[in-house]
Amino acid sequence: MRESRGAQNDKIQMSSLSIKNLHVSIGDKEIIRGLTLDVPKGQVHAIMGPNGSGKSTLSKAIGGHPDYTVTAGEVLLDGENILGLEPDARARKGLFLAFQYPMEIPGVSNANFLRAALNARQTEGEEVEATEFYAQMYAEMDKLEMSRSFTARSVNEGFSGGEKKRNEILQMAMLKPAYAVLDETDSGLDIDALRIVSAGVNALRGPQLGVLLITHYQRLLDYIVPDVVHVMVEGRIVRSGSKELALELEERGYDFIKDELGEPALA
Amino acid sequence: MSTETVSQIDIDRTRGDFSYPESHTFDAGTGLTKDTIDYISKVKGEAEWIREFRHRALEVFKSKPMPTHWASKDLENIIFENIRYYLANGQKPTRSWDEVPEDVKRTFERLGIPEQERKFLAGVEAQFDSEAVYSNIKAAVGEQGVIFCGSTEGLREHPEIFRKWFGKVIPTGDNKFSALNSAVFSGGSFIYVPPGVKVKHPLQAYFRINAENFGQFERTLIIADEGSEVMYMEGCTAPKFETATLHSAVVELVAMKGAKIQYVTVQNWSANVFNLVTKRAIAHEEAEVKWIDCNIGSRLTMKYPGVILKGRKARGEVISIALASDGQHQDTGAKMIHAADETTSNIVSKSISVGTGRATYRGLVHIPKHLKGCKNNTECDALLINSTARTDTYPAITVRGTGNSSQHEASVSQISAEQIFYMQQRGLTEAQAMSLSVNGFVNDLVRQFPMEYSVELKRLIDLEMEGSVG
Ligand SMILES: Nc1ncnc2c1ncn2[C@@H]1O[C@H](COP(=O)(O)OP(=O)(O)OP(=O)(O)O)[C@@H](O)[C@H]1O
Ligand SMILES: [Mg+2]
Repeated sequence: MRESRGAQNDKIQMSSLSIKNLHVSIGDKEIIRGLTLDVPKGQVHAIMGPNGSGKSTLSKAIGGHPDYTVTAGEVLLDGENILGLEPDARARKGLFLAFQYPMEIPGVSNANFLRAALNARQTEGEEVEATEFYAQMYAEMDKLEMSRSFTARSVNEGFSGGEKKRNEILQMAMLKPAYAVLDETDSGLDIDALRIVSAGVNALRGPQLGVLLITHYQRLLDYIVPDVVHVMVEGRIVRSGSKELALELEERGYDFIKDELGEPALA
Repeated sequence: MSTETVSQIDIDRTRGDFSYPESHTFDAGTGLTKDTIDYISKVKGEAEWIREFRHRALEVFKSKPMPTHWASKDLENIIFENIRYYLANGQKPTRSWDEVPEDVKRTFERLGIPEQERKFLAGVEAQFDSEAVYSNIKAAVGEQGVIFCGSTEGLREHPEIFRKWFGKVIPTGDNKFSALNSAVFSGGSFIYVPPGVKVKHPLQAYFRINAENFGQFERTLIIADEGSEVMYMEGCTAPKFETATLHSAVVELVAMKGAKIQYVTVQNWSANVFNLVTKRAIAHEEAEVKWIDCNIGSRLTMKYPGVILKGRKARGEVISIALASDGQHQDTGAKMIHAADETTSNIVSKSISVGTGRATYRGLVHIPKHLKGCKNNTECDALLINSTARTDTYPAITVRGTGNSSQHEASVSQISAEQIFYMQQRGLTEAQAMSLSVNGFVNDLVRQFPMEYSVELKRLIDLEMEGSVG
């Protein structure tokens, strides 16, 4: 397979999150229907698309959620197909999902959870040092303007919608992934929180991180400026372009793209 | 499993899933008849009154039906005729591990007992099948007049104390299994703490089943005399056999005026042991009895530690943690019988059901009308990990009289596949995710345990979760 491709192509794949002709079903229903996408390290790609087009499904399938069956295609992380790996193994390889609806974990404190997640990344028998851990966590919390009281509270339990989203970015900052899929991290955030959380993501931006940003609102893209914008309709990427594509969508809605594509193309 | 080398001790220790070939000098054979009882009595060289006590108990056992009208039908799978009721080698428990037969000694070494003894215990008794093989108490504790030995020795050497309380807290006919125990009991601990003596470190007993098709029926009696204090800890394991094994103990505690007893159990039987245990205490005036009961293993556990609050201002407490993994049923709870004014009781029960595991809480709190100033607090929390898990709560609280109060809270929380996925996405394995949830759930209770036991419990939970994801 490899030899048929150009060296240039290989290089890109070696440092990118690369999704190829992906098909994903939930039960009998196919949701992702031949999706191809490449997010190189160092770039931010946004995905916009109507409700129910499969954006969250894509994110969970990449993460290895057991309910989502991949029927065809590949997901390559720095060139390695991760589809056979358990969700935790994918995470330890540097994949992070910020969930649209973060789970509450009763009885497990935010601090303990983060520590356990970091310890899971250490070599067997080693643990992160406690004082260093707390210093780092507090620093990241300060950046996100999160009160210290969140460390002792159970993960996301009773958090407001916006607090949960902030907590996702705190986890991302602590776990330092190579690739992050942020699923509507902006929804539910008030104006100040949007600015703070965006600043948090921007602070993590750099040559070592690739981001796939799922959003409905072009306003987020004013804060986190994407390199590429993709439009997803009914389980496929139907259009890719620059940031201006988002503005166009905002003005004209998704219908113009659907119209351009015509119904048969989507059947 | 007996082919494993000693170097693997650390890996294998906790599960206790290994056994050495059997060689028993005394074997009562399978089945239970009058002859079985005469055999046991004769081997133990018992007084006539004990033999008669056993025979009467056998009659009671036979006459009582299985409690399947309220309890699990799984009880019907106990085939009493196939069980061996007494297995021993005839040697007396030694005070030195060096005198314990080599394979038995190795068993306990693999379970870490001698090491724990050196580290933090005031005394240890180790029972292998029917009899104690080792029993020792630190000299300083013994010099204070504390008696700690097996029940066989207790009956022989201290009949004046033993007989006074034996069968008084839990009468033979209390239930079918207390009657069975009364008929064939062997082993278990006998402890007497003289007035005012506070035993600083825990006394520990370890119950080990090594033989297949076997029933272990230990009988424990602890008497804390006026103003004394003692903590007792029991652990138990058995190898995984193909056929079911029966463990049916009776434990009686007596806390005299102002005395304090803490009784800690970490039960880690293998998944085919029927663990049917009757545990009860009498607390006299201003006495305190606390049962800390952790049930991790077994196929079916039925156990409801109780306190009869007999003297004014007596206090009873049951703190229980039950973990029911695939195929297990933990049917546990507590009984608080208030029988004097100003008595207080506290029950905190936390159960975890994983997969097809099932946890049942049964509580009984009784405060009669004529009493004044009695209080009960009951808290039952259940954690369900994945959807097939099942939990039932049957709290029976009868509080009569206007000067008495009871507070009852119950909660059920779920760890869904969605929550496990969330944690896995952060890099934790499925087992780690489950362990973290379970440990978080029981954390506030575990903090009350002595440090060594909370570490042990955490480790057992981790292992159990690893086992449950397969
Ligand atoms: N567990 C599930 N069982 C059945 N159908 C599901 C399940 N999860 C998602 N779906 C369906 O799959 C389709 C895509 O859902 P998905 O959540 O991926 O959409 P989305 O693009 O993220 O939408 P939104 O913008 O509203 O978040 C929807 O029709 C949804 O109802
Ligand atoms: Mg979505």
